[in-house]
Amino acid sequence: MASSPPASLPPLDVTRAPEGGEVGAIQSGWRLALREFMRNRLAVTGVGILLFFIIFCFLGPFLYHANLLQVDLINAKDPPGAGHPLGTDVNGFDVLGQLMKGGQAALEIGFFAAFVAITIGSLVGAVAGLAGGIVDTVLMRITDVFLSVPFLFVVLILAVRYGASVLSLSLVIGGFSWPVPARLVRGEVLTIRERDFVLAARTAGSGNGRLIFRHLLPNALGVMIVNVTFQVADAILAVSYVGFLGFGLHYPNIDWGDMLSDGTGYLTDGYWWLIWPVLTCIVLTVMSLNFIGDALRDSLDVRLRRR
Amino acid sequence: MTAYLLRRIGTSIIVLIGISIFVYLLLHAIYPSPARAVLGLKANNAQIAAWNKQNGFDRPVIVQYLSYMNGLLHGNLGYSYADNQTVASLFAERLARSVYLSFMSLFLAIVIALPLGIFQAVKRNSLGDNIATSAAFVLYSMPVFALGLILIQVFAISFPLLGFEASQSTSIWTVMGDWRDMLLPILTLTLISVALFSRYMRSSSIDVLAQDYIKVARAKGLPERLVLMRHMVRNASLPLVTLIGLSLPFLLAGNLITEYLFNYQGLGLLFYNSLGKEDYPVLLAYTLIGAVFVVVGNLVADIALTVADPRIRLA
Repeated sequence: MASSPPASLPPLDVTRAPEGGEVGAIQSGWRLALREFMRNRLAVTGVGILLFFIIFCFLGPFLYHANLLQVDLINAKDPPGAGHPLGTDVNGFDVLGQLMKGGQAALEIGFFAAFVAITIGSLVGAVAGLAGGIVDTVLMRITDVFLSVPFLFVVLILAVRYGASVLSLSLVIGGFSWPVPARLVRGEVLTIRERDFVLAARTAGSGNGRLIFRHLLPNALGVMIVNVTFQVADAILAVSYVGFLGFGLHYPNIDWGDMLSDGTGYLTDGYWWLIWPVLTCIVLTVMSLNFIGDALRDSLDVRLRRR
Repeated sequence: MTAYLLRRIGTSIIVLIGISIFVYLLLHAIYPSPARAVLGLKANNAQIAAWNKQNGFDRPVIVQYLSYMNGLLHGNLGYSYADNQTVASLFAERLARSVYLSFMSLFLAIVIALPLGIFQAVKRNSLGDNIATSAAFVLYSMPVFALGLILIQVFAISFPLLGFEASQSTSIWTVMGDWRDMLLPILTLTLISVALFSRYMRSSSIDVLAQDYIKVARAKGLPERLVLMRHMVRNASLPLVTLIGLSLPFLLAGNLITEYLFNYQGLGLLFYNSLGKEDYPVLLAYTLIGAVFVVVGNLVADIALTVADPRIRLA
């Protein structure tokens, strides 16, 4: 998919001699990457879907007011129709309104968990890569430990013990998914730190902190951006697992997994609107993020560009 | 090569010790003693203290950790007070069922993904490749339960061909024979893994096809079939070995979800039930064993790779 570049792409004008002395604008790496990204139709679709869900979940509730608090058993399990475009659930809550509210939680947790993961991960990776030696060994073994513990199990245990909220789920999921970015960033730093500009910065008197934040991490930004996208997708999946198993957010808060957990009990009863709309939302959101991540990897990774 | 293997095994042992300390401390911190669960809500503090003293829960954490590890190495996984049974016997009842489900689907996934990825690489950008890539992408973005629910809806409700609940028999032989009920859970896990594996298989095959030795094989007039069978398949499947090792935590999670969805009495469902009962000895043992399984799996994958690929042996 992403590894098959669109055939219609014209070659970059690096070898073509400018006609009549005209000189093309020198494009920065980021602008080239953006151009490459925008040419990828799937990526643009992904951005479109993601924007749609962000607007739908965060602005939708301002336009569409629904009952999400008052249990209303007379109007429970109503099929889609007037007043309730997507029907009502077991408690008489409006499904469309819940989709918006549940999406807010899913997206918030997704982005916040990814932020936590990339922050811890890039710091650990940069320090390990720059320091080398015993620091590197110790940090990488700790990374291995976190990578080997099946993190869904720990997330579930903590969610059961301490209760799930947007904040706690984000922290726990982020706190267990940093090993992958840590390894990636370390790998990048190991090559970047041998470059001349790092030596120059050192000679000019930069300390380790300045080296990491001004020279190493900015140059590893491509890898980090790509990874963050996948982290968001994975975190949204993880939350949906926790919710689906019934250990997710508590009333009146709700996430997409919770809704499914309520709905699957009625699978054989034909209440399709309790299951399929929310399932579609989860899959589309995760898929759009994967589209974006793949395209970003193709456009930011110079080695893959124009292949 | 011996030095590499020894170093690799040494690292694994260090990681295993790290995991045991981390998981034990984490669960000890959130649940220091099962006294309350055993004695009930009416027990007073003195009774709880007495029980803790009697059962060794008042010792320093490090001593408790060492005695737990000692038990673990001797096959004693602790005691489930909620089920009034040793954790080991709880696991033993369910182990075979989980192993059957997981290995059957892992085996099927490899059998499907390997040829599929090669086919996609050889017929790159053809209609078949595009369909398979798109399908893999959709499946890859799907939570395990989403796929399971779709399969249940189609094959068990809309067209009632297969059971929507996994086999409930306690005998593993009956479970194996009950393919109508087992097909959907196995298929769910298989398809999710195929989506994961075939993507990598495709790209690693494309990389191998671009290698010089493939050109040499073609140039010396070898039929395409032999080029693929002799020169490509082995080289292209090497990354898959590592990938399977790395995807073990993901497969464990998938197992948990699938067993819950299909109400299959395996280890995953036991973990789920223990979550509801806050039965921490079971949760601790399963998380720990899961992590050990992941580390050992990765170690085996690396060793297998060393055996299969002489380039690693020399490095």
